[in-house]
Amino acid sequence: MWRVVLLLLVFALPVRAQGGFEAALPGLAGGFAQQAEAVERLGAIGDPRAVPILRALAEGRMQKRADGGLLIVEGGAVRDALTGAAAEAGEVVRINNRVRGALRGAFGRLQLLSPDPAERIAAAEGLFRSRSPENVSLLEDAVGRETDPAIRDRMTLALAASRLAAPEDVAKRQGIVVLGGTASAEARGLLLEARAANPALAAEIDAAVAAIDTRLQLKRVAETAFQGLSLGSILLLAALGLAVTFGVMGVINMAHGEMVMLGAYTTVLVQELCRGVPWLAPLSLPISVPAAFLVTAAVGVALERGLIRHLYGRPLETLLMTFGVGMILQQGVRLLFGAQNREVVSPSWMQGTLLLPGGIEVTQNRLWIILFSLVVLGLTVAAIRFSRFGLEMRAVVQNRRIAATMGIRTGRVDAMTFAFGSGIAGMAGVALSQIDNVSPNLGTGYIIDSFMVVVFGGVGSLAGTMIGALTLGVVNKMLEPWAGVVLAKIAVLVGIMLFIQRRPKGLFALKGRAAEQ
Amino acid sequence: MTIRTPFSRRALLAAGAGALAMPALRPASAQSGPIKVGVLHSLSGTMAISETALRDTVLMMVEDANKKGGILGRKVEAVVVDPASNWPLFAEKARELLQVHKVDVTFGCWTSVSRKSVLPVFEELNGLLFYPVQYEGEEQSKNVFYTGAAPNQQAIPAVEYLMSEDGGAARRIALLGTDYVYPRTTNRILRAFLNSKGISDADIMEEYTPFGHSDWQGIVSRVKRFAGEGKKTAIVSTINGDANVPFYRELGNQGIKAEDIPSVAFSVGEEELAGIDAKPLVGHLAAWNYFMSVDSPVNTEFKAMWSAYIKNPKRVTNDPMEATYTGFKMWSQAVAKAGSTSVDAVRTAMYGQKVATPSGYEEQMFENHHLSKPVMIGEIMENGQFNVVWKTSSAIPAENWSPFIPENASRRKPT
Amino acid sequence: MSASITLGGRLRPAPGTILRGLLLAGLALLALLPVLNRLPPDAALYVSDFVVAVSGKWICYAILALAIDLAWGYAGILSLGHGAFFALGGYAIGMHLMRLIGPRGVYGHPVLPDFMVFLGYTELPWYWQGFQFFPFAFAMALIVPGVLAGVLGWLAFRSRITGVYLSIITQAMTYALMLAFFRNDMGFGGNNGFTDFKELLGMPLNTAGARAALFYAALASLGASLLLCRHITKSKLGRVLVAVRDAESRVRFLGYDTTAVKLSVFVLSAMLAGLAGALYVPLIGIINPGEFSPGNSIEAVVWVAVGGRGTLVGALLGAFSVNAIKTWLTSFAPDLWLFVLGGLFVAVTLLLPRGIVGLLQKGPGR
Repeated sequence: MWRVVLLLLVFALPVRAQGGFEAALPGLAGGFAQQAEAVERLGAIGDPRAVPILRALAEGRMQKRADGGLLIVEGGAVRDALTGAAAEAGEVVRINNRVRGALRGAFGRLQLLSPDPAERIAAAEGLFRSRSPENVSLLEDAVGRETDPAIRDRMTLALAASRLAAPEDVAKRQGIVVLGGTASAEARGLLLEARAANPALAAEIDAAVAAIDTRLQLKRVAETAFQGLSLGSILLLAALGLAVTFGVMGVINMAHGEMVMLGAYTTVLVQELCRGVPWLAPLSLPISVPAAFLVTAAVGVALERGLIRHLYGRPLETLLMTFGVGMILQQGVRLLFGAQNREVVSPSWMQGTLLLPGGIEVTQNRLWIILFSLVVLGLTVAAIRFSRFGLEMRAVVQNRRIAATMGIRTGRVDAMTFAFGSGIAGMAGVALSQIDNVSPNLGTGYIIDSFMVVVFGGVGSLAGTMIGALTLGVVNKMLEPWAGVVLAKIAVLVGIMLFIQRRPKGLFALKGRAAEQ
Repeated sequence: MTIRTPFSRRALLAAGAGALAMPALRPASAQSGPIKVGVLHSLSGTMAISETALRDTVLMMVEDANKKGGILGRKVEAVVVDPASNWPLFAEKARELLQVHKVDVTFGCWTSVSRKSVLPVFEELNGLLFYPVQYEGEEQSKNVFYTGAAPNQQAIPAVEYLMSEDGGAARRIALLGTDYVYPRTTNRILRAFLNSKGISDADIMEEYTPFGHSDWQGIVSRVKRFAGEGKKTAIVSTINGDANVPFYRELGNQGIKAEDIPSVAFSVGEEELAGIDAKPLVGHLAAWNYFMSVDSPVNTEFKAMWSAYIKNPKRVTNDPMEATYTGFKMWSQAVAKAGSTSVDAVRTAMYGQKVATPSGYEEQMFENHHLSKPVMIGEIMENGQFNVVWKTSSAIPAENWSPFIPENASRRKPT
Repeated sequence: MSASITLGGRLRPAPGTILRGLLLAGLALLALLPVLNRLPPDAALYVSDFVVAVSGKWICYAILALAIDLAWGYAGILSLGHGAFFALGGYAIGMHLMRLIGPRGVYGHPVLPDFMVFLGYTELPWYWQGFQFFPFAFAMALIVPGVLAGVLGWLAFRSRITGVYLSIITQAMTYALMLAFFRNDMGFGGNNGFTDFKELLGMPLNTAGARAALFYAALASLGASLLLCRHITKSKLGRVLVAVRDAESRVRFLGYDTTAVKLSVFVLSAMLAGLAGALYVPLIGIINPGEFSPGNSIEAVVWVAVGGRGTLVGALLGAFSVNAIKTWLTSFAPDLWLFVLGGLFVAVTLLLPRGIVGLLQKGPGR
């Protein structure tokens, strides 16, 4: 029944649209249903004066006077929506999802020919979703004029969706062909919706859906791989610091998770410090990386010199002691910053998705984290391979006494190595602040996984840590769809335990003297 | 090899002996002296994130009561303990509050398991517990007053809204939850409700994740695919507090807009949103019985009281805090009416007690130990607050035994 | 391995007379608690139910500490997963207690526990069969942890996985079990676990009498476990254990089957932990997957370290003192107790490698 009513409404629109721009405005301050209707009418009329008014409504800057007159807030000043005269503040006009959906359609119609490409893209998206046959001629015109191929593609899709909703079968068929050429779950949804209403076109629609399904299958494989890599890169970041402190030094640092947490809190602090300075604010995340490294490295030095150094050669005691340190750090942060989550704003370049060829969508923040983890890994390897500090560190690991006789200050190297590992953990915290809660408990969730990665990859081998982390991430994500999130994780844990039985030294076993310890 | 111990042993011995001395247990109090209010909320561990605000709320109410001359002319004194998000420790601390500190009433618990853990203790020792969080129902104890919502006061109205024209007329529902009893029971009730509204099981997706789950990539893309079947789809989220931030981040990043696939959450409030940038979430929904943005005189007073107490303009109020406030007010009224803090007298006095609450409605305690509550649906706004888009016209009584769980027909009547 | 040698200064410090006196006095004092609980509340020596309940819990923890000490202090196997064995023992008895509720549940179902009823189960899962009988459930509380430890130990010791690696594997085991038990589909009540028990062996729980009976059962078990551990550590096996701890390869070259030695003590230790869990659950009235959390296991190891590992008295002392501090501070200083407890862990491992026992014995170890 409601479908029929809706259909009637759609057809009635152009007639009522003649009622004019002014007549439609009061509806914007009414109930949600009235608002949606008024927005649709304004979109259909196409009067450009509607754009700033609708924008104000969308952005919560619209108010209404007691007599129902509309006001717009701009730059702190309240003006009358029609006359532009200054006015007293009124009651804020609120909208809901339904109105927001209507707004998207209206903006689509009003801005499809806008000079701003971002607005044209948004308009094409909006018209794709409102998919009204009204928009067919408008979209045909826009597709013809559009020069940017990416925007033209979106417009073509919106045109296809609108044609699918048109009454003539010819137009519908054109729409089906175009939509069937995509790899979009949304297009699939539109086709299936149309299938129920058009039994005559069932065969064509089924073929189109089947074509989409094939592509979706491929897309799913690619996306699962990406998700696995993303999880793997997070494991890698969390485990890399541990691979240094545990793998190289043999120190079991149960407070490793807390180092990650401190890195995340450093990000929060840096962001808050930068907030006051406009040109610094967008740079707060890049600044956080070295800041987090320094802060956690400093904590690491203090921990190593103050406590851990007294326990060398007794890894199990170190484990217990650092557990206590972890408790103290966690509660300290809780008292200092509060138990609540802290907000970390993602810069715009880390939000949203990136569309790759083949319709594969990857989320920007995870893509950046994958890149970041590889950079951190590269820097770590470089520091160990090519720097003076790395040389001394390797010397101390291989033979402490001989290294000492060669004039290396082994105590200082120990402190530096631990600081280095802790600093890497801090940088991991910067990345994790972008996907997880920044709370005092942040680190606890990663500690066991990190240990498993290091042991699985082979203690002392950075390559092993990397391959181990990425393998575990991908395997976990491959198991997830059919085993569920929890069972997949359990399966991975049990798998590692069994693997270690077979190869106690992990994937990449160290050979030679260092391995004998 | 010898073990180095750089500090003097004697100093340690002295320190150790001091630390290890058994705590002296405090003497008992009776019907004179201060009225003691136990606060049983986790201050450390995983639940501290939610529960510390409730501890502060109770302390604020105690301070307020004392400013107004106490209750029954007696001073009110809070006894705070830390059950540390450890469920057996909850039971131990409950017994300590009742037997050692002799508290007259306790405000506490957040998770259902913590409540289930302390319940036998409160029943055995005839204590009084005020539980301020929305939960799955299926429980009623003479020693507990439930001031949060039962499923009919939150979950069902929210889904009705999603299915309404205003809410987007959803005909396909993804039930996402953390794997514990509240989401399981709520989703079972919702499934029965959806079936009764003509939504078949094929149009319902149900998926559970562990506590603190942070990798939502797979699930969110499965929801996207689930939505590609040609019917308007919505998400009903019973995801536990902590896992919501990464979930919302993933929704935002994968471009799921509220206009396309709206999600309604039952455990996301102002406090949770304080940890994220709310801009990508505008339009997603939450169902509660109170929002900080509610415009009512009592709420204005409540918010002013909170910011004066906590001395941090950034701290928000939320639904469980409001339920704590309401519970405390109601308990004070009942004590005044009974003229005593004795549990049996207060219990009787509680029935029918009414309080004008910050939600802007008058709520009443019924004999099923649950409050009548208004239901509100709010859309997330850019500033992390909620815009109320729908609410009931009056406070509705709780159905703690859901009619959608068939086994309730054979249930034993509570004693 | 070098790690263990540093500790082998003295193989096993014999508890001095002070310690033995302290131990006996402590146990006697504990045995008196339920009696004192029966005094009128205004009597000078009256102890409240709370003290009885809390000390009952500590006794169970002490058995767990003994189990860890046997494996770690004597055989050098540092398990960070003993909490799992403890929890499994608890779950076995918990299943029995749930079965005993019978039709007294909220929904009045004759067989199914409440959580199964409202999650829509229609019949009891197969692995719940048999738990209506106490002897079966009690046996399972020992057998299940024993078998798990046997399988894990066999796989690990056979591959000569020792030290830190073993610790990490056992930690992964308890973590995996925790995730598994959190799943409602497992049929163990998910996050809520089991609560609201009614009776055990015909005795209604939640009465002072039942608490006293359970308290004495736990105390007797503690005494028996102590004697058993003492017997083992004094025997030839005990000496081999210490030798394995300090220099496993040498013992192996001497012709001992070190895998079998370690395996048997690991299994026994797991069964003791299971016993502790089985006693703990009826006393506390709840069992849930939180008991599997890796932090719990580490904490239990820390009790042993604090008390002094490699001495049975030390395990008891550690369990009692750390938990007493925790109980006290979570009420006395709810915001600061983690600092004190964390600081204690740091101080003990750093300054008192032989724990309180080392401190009480005259002078340093060497």
